[in-house]
Amino acid sequence: MSIQVKNLKHIYEKGMPTESVALEGVSFEVEDGELLGIIGHTGSGKSTLLQHLNGLLKPDEGTIVIGGVDITAPGVSMVEIRKRIGLVFQYPEYQLFEETVAKDVAFGPRNLGLADSEIEERVREALELVGLDYEDMKDRSPFELSGGQKRRVAIAGVIAMRPEVLILDEPTAGLDPKAHKDVLKMIEDVHGKTGNITVLVSHNMADIANLSDKVLVIDSGRVVTMGTPEEVFSKRDELSSVGLDLPPITCLTEALRERGFKIRETILSVEDAADEIAEYLKAGGKAEC
Amino acid sequence: MLRDITLGQYFPGSSPVHKLDPRLKIIATLLFIIELFIVDNFIGFLIAAIALGAVIALSKVPLSYILRGLKPILLILAFTFALNMFMVDGRILWQWKFLKITQEGLELAVFMAIRLILLIMGSSMLTLCTRPIALTDGIERLLSPFKRFGLPAHDIAMMMTIALRFIPTLLEEADKIMKAQQARGADFETGNLMQRAKSLIPILVPLFVSAFRIAQDLAMAMEARCYRGGENRTRMNEMKFKKSDYVAVTLLAVFGAVIIIQSKVF
Ligand SMILES: Nc1ncnc2c1ncn2[C@@H]1O[C@H](COP(=O)(O)OP(=O)(O)OP(=O)(O)O)[C@@H](O)[C@H]1O
Ligand SMILES: [Mg+2]
Repeated sequence: MSIQVKNLKHIYEKGMPTESVALEGVSFEVEDGELLGIIGHTGSGKSTLLQHLNGLLKPDEGTIVIGGVDITAPGVSMVEIRKRIGLVFQYPEYQLFEETVAKDVAFGPRNLGLADSEIEERVREALELVGLDYEDMKDRSPFELSGGQKRRVAIAGVIAMRPEVLILDEPTAGLDPKAHKDVLKMIEDVHGKTGNITVLVSHNMADIANLSDKVLVIDSGRVVTMGTPEEVFSKRDELSSVGLDLPPITCLTEALRERGFKIRETILSVEDAADEIAEYLKAGGKAEC
Repeated sequence: MLRDITLGQYFPGSSPVHKLDPRLKIIATLLFIIELFIVDNFIGFLIAAIALGAVIALSKVPLSYILRGLKPILLILAFTFALNMFMVDGRILWQWKFLKITQEGLELAVFMAIRLILLIMGSSMLTLCTRPIALTDGIERLLSPFKRFGLPAHDIAMMMTIALRFIPTLLEEADKIMKAQQARGADFETGNLMQRAKSLIPILVPLFVSAFRIAQDLAMAMEARCYRGGENRTRMNEMKFKKSDYVAVTLLAVFGAVIIIQSKVF
């Protein structure tokens, strides 16, 4: 399974005076098993891009090939595509509608036409994967849950379809620090367990830096740069020109470097930073201030 | 696909039509509608169509966009057309078993169809060229003489403003929810009527939840800014007749006169 996006273009409200080009000339590739992080300023076209990846939006130009199938070709089965590519929307908790959590999570699998026993097994598995207790949650109304719990139920609803590609649009937006950490850990777990392609949009640079195999930066509907987190976050000026920042820890280590600390460039995790600084200090290094 | 609904939508622009006083546009539209109902011959429609055509050309709203607004009423149009064509007695032009088309029926069918089309196009020009807020402001001003008789003009206008304001918001919300459920494999297009009605539940429940949430938030926000009805409120944009408005009034008067004269002549 791999994804090839070529020269994608999308125009909203075509033919209206309000028409706007949301994507233009977007090309990139994701290899099997990779976790792709997408970052970009508000309104840069991230959500628009994601909706193309499972056929909810049709491009005005360009192609998307997923696992050898061109999903932009006329006549491809949308149901088949959505079965293979799961998309978790921004604020997915607003899509909950069933009387009970179990029924809501089962909505997707049921649409796939699975047997009841299979559905129950998948619902159980999905709820545990997102860190909720099946027995405890299954009969509760999704509307009486906390925001973080709702979010997890909604994500479980997509995971239960066992998609070959899992796409998440700002899954941690608006969550408290603990729920934020839990949801991230859950994404890491699911990605590790299934080994599938995962696409993650986030405004949190630290999360993207730590989780992604590759990072895609978009601005005003165009690809600015793409590469490993180290490559992308070493281009500080380019990022700041499109309104993005480095992860906090990288800001710190870069500031230290400017003050004469001889440590590695573009350190992305707190652990690495701690090791580097400790080593530098042990070796007798000193700050100049 | 929900975004294709153009009926009652505003089409941004800065044409002379857009800039007219909303009160004038409302009255002109009303007159146009009345005109369509008193006209009893094709020449009257021709005059109305020319006037409407001039307004459309002046407004710079693309004709294709206005015609798209006719799509939802195509069914009604076809239905009334058929009904008129087959149901009116008179000189028979064509007959097949119990179905017959008469000269009078055909004429009436065409007549009614033209009336309906002009009616829809004419009234959609009002909403296409007037910001919802300006529209409701205009309505409030036009209704304000009736305040003396206890008509809550301001509240009516405020309700309409809010309703209009939230049409696009709710459409957007519905679009989002629909996509989210489609991403979970929901299918809204196939199946029989019962199945399709059932498939709406996953959209309607979250939509209602959202609507209540939005309403509550808005009520709170209005209260937090001390909204308490229309009493003693002043407005940012006072409505005042400009030169172009007087020109429009003159044109409107000419239009009315022509209609009256032609109905006497033909
Ligand atoms: N349904 C729509 N109709 C018209 N324009 C839209 C629509 N959805 C998005 N846009 C426009 O397209 C652009 C890209 O929007 P998009 O939602 O993809 O941004 P985003 O990167 O996801 O932003 P955010 O970080 O705020 O979620 C924006 O300028 C937006 O105004
Ligand atoms: Mg977005």
